[in-house]
Amino acid sequence: MSQAAVHSAVEPAESPLTPESWGKLGMWIFLAGDAVGFGTLLAAYGMMRATSGDWPNPFSVLGINLTAAMTFLLICSSVTMVKALEWLGNDDRARAKVYLFFTALGGAIFVSLQAYEWSHLIHRGLFINGNPWGAALFGTSFFIVTGFHGLHVTGGVIYLLSMIRYVSNRSQPAASYNAVEIAGLYWHFVDLVWIMVFTFMYLL
Amino acid sequence: MATAHKHPNYMAIFWYLAILTVIELGVIFMPLGKFTIGVLLCALALGKATMVAMYFMHLRFETRTLGLVAMTPLVIATLLVFVLLPDGFAVVHQTADKKAAVTEPAKH
Repeated sequence: MSQAAVHSAVEPAESPLTPESWGKLGMWIFLAGDAVGFGTLLAAYGMMRATSGDWPNPFSVLGINLTAAMTFLLICSSVTMVKALEWLGNDDRARAKVYLFFTALGGAIFVSLQAYEWSHLIHRGLFINGNPWGAALFGTSFFIVTGFHGLHVTGGVIYLLSMIRYVSNRSQPAASYNAVEIAGLYWHFVDLVWIMVFTFMYLL
Repeated sequence: MATAHKHPNYMAIFWYLAILTVIELGVIFMPLGKFTIGVLLCALALGKATMVAMYFMHLRFETRTLGLVAMTPLVIATLLVFVLLPDGFAVVHQTADKKAAVTEPAKH
């Protein structure tokens, strides 16, 4: 039980077997599986790119001005998410709901910007089965990886909006703390994955 | 229960993440080799991801079990790289052989 002693120094209130821990454990296991999914996609991307002789230069084809702003937006939405949880911890339900809404709004703007970016690239000739710059798989992998992430953001926005309702329906603000923290785990994970996608698909 | 959770300084983490993103954007334009830039970008991305997981996702303040669950994908991803490498080399050799076959008659 030396392990328990080490952890009690950090956080005395939490034992490994509280109901809160089980909920978090469930979300973490889901996220671990999801991370393997994204890891596989990115590994496949790296493999196709490394073995292709005419891979286009992502930096010059895709451009990074818009996506850099999108990255910043997602980081900001992660901050509003932790702020929402912080307000909930301070029993301030109204502020927590406002910050949850800001987080969902950030996600919605992110998806809208991605739709704008996609339509712009499609107009320039980037398709899922070919493009004017080189290997056809470039478009395939781009749309599949960013699309898979975009779907996660869309799901996250719906999740967050339903959490606003959930927070409203509890008798005490503290009663929704754990569920909001778990929703936050999902949202930060989406942010984390975008950090990787942005680096591997746009910058490298 | 809620008050027992210790919060890190979220704004500080935000600024670290923002600064690291700016450094990432700056690294691309630095007069360095492609490999060096790649390594730097990977390191910066991993640093940012670790910060998000540790502080925003509270992994630093959680039990060891959750940390182990979070580490699993990293282990699997590392294995995946080694599984894919032989195939990758095989394809590269094939294309190299094909190129050699195409260019060889031209020499004679």
